[in-house]
Amino acid sequence: MKTKVYANARAALDGVVRDGMTLMCGGFGLCGIPENLILALAELGVRDLTVVSNNAGVDELGLGKLLKTRQVRKMISSYVGENKEFERQYLSGELQLEFNPQGTLAERIRAGGAGIWGFYTKTGAGTVVAEGKEQRVVDGETYVLETGLTADVSLVKAWKGDKEGNLIYRKTARNFNPMMATAGRVTIAEVEHLVEVGELDPDCIHTPGIFVQRIVQGSNYLKSIEQRTVRKRSAA
Amino acid sequence: MPWNRDQMAARAAQELKDGFYVNLGIGIPTLVANYIPEGMKVVLQSENGMLGMGPFPWEGEEDPDLINAGKQTITELPMSSYFSSADSFAMIRGGHIDLSILGGMEVAENGDLANWMVPGKMVKGMGGAMDLVAGVKRVVVVMEHTSKNGEPKFKPRCELPLTGVNVVDVLITDLAVFERSDRRSPFKLKELAPGVTRQELREKTTASYLE
Repeated sequence: MKTKVYANARAALDGVVRDGMTLMCGGFGLCGIPENLILALAELGVRDLTVVSNNAGVDELGLGKLLKTRQVRKMISSYVGENKEFERQYLSGELQLEFNPQGTLAERIRAGGAGIWGFYTKTGAGTVVAEGKEQRVVDGETYVLETGLTADVSLVKAWKGDKEGNLIYRKTARNFNPMMATAGRVTIAEVEHLVEVGELDPDCIHTPGIFVQRIVQGSNYLKSIEQRTVRKRSAA
Repeated sequence: MPWNRDQMAARAAQELKDGFYVNLGIGIPTLVANYIPEGMKVVLQSENGMLGMGPFPWEGEEDPDLINAGKQTITELPMSSYFSSADSFAMIRGGHIDLSILGGMEVAENGDLANWMVPGKMVKGMGGAMDLVAGVKRVVVVMEHTSKNGEPKFKPRCELPLTGVNVVDVLITDLAVFERSDRRSPFKLKELAPGVTRQELREKTTASYLE
């Protein structure tokens, strides 16, 4: 009987990733990134990738690993400010960059997974984002045509998943993962807790297993914090 | 005396109303959370997928899965909820957020805003800013009145790449507050910071505004 479960991240990528692919990678900053799958991808050495991800990691962490090894040809993101190596590669022409407003990026991915070819949004009207795109004026408001986005492979991170591929996310580590799970031709999910079918309450599932082709239990999560901001307790 | 960052944030907090759902941008706008009036219910939305943002955690209680749009660690409140980025921007783009407070690089007299890119120098990306100004009902910009070189930032037209066209409702700088009655009207000077004269303001502003 076919199983979706793979022993480790490397095995989960086997036979699925190749040079020149378009990949989606979940996460907002370093929060909710599929750490094990990114590491395995870096170790596999596939090159010439187009990566769709809201951010580009921080220099040595997350997608920063793939930029360091020069495996990425193009990024589609909304904000890459935290990664100096990214900035350097972009300014020297080694890396292509397509900025999408964050909401447009989120909706393009949602649309891609949902079979919606295109949609009109006010976001970016009158800015460089609208250049070269079809626009419509309705009731005096200008809308820009944006197209759905899909990927050859989506790498997503969830908190819990069962062997059927049903996923539950945790807090703000959810972010882009649910949409990306729907928009990959092959979706590989890594989870902190892999459980037996029947252990997750069906009413509480965020991503139904139909969207997930491969699932793997992750390990050794760094879960790095970019800005550790705290309140100090005053001395008693 | 021009207002300092905290005073500008405190003034921006006067735009809050009881029951409002509010998005605070990175930089000075995040300080507005410290000045929410006592007894007023304001729900803070974080674009990365959370409603009901709480304060920073106590030292030692940081949760890497719980951050705001500026990637700072935060906490949740009893009324908090989490959702995907698509749902987050449905709230933002679909007009469900009452107020957005953001930073600015340039504001034009017609309400255009530029706050995401300096060509050749700073190209980090727009993040959620364009969606915010396109979708949120009321937009408040908080920024220094002049740049580090003393150049006016409230001008006839933005020269930097735009974030949005005709989107700013209230402009709060370290020198003054300007407001428009609606998006077809010009900005009107509402308040001057203590000790700032109308003359000084005119000298540091190239945008036209009503006095």
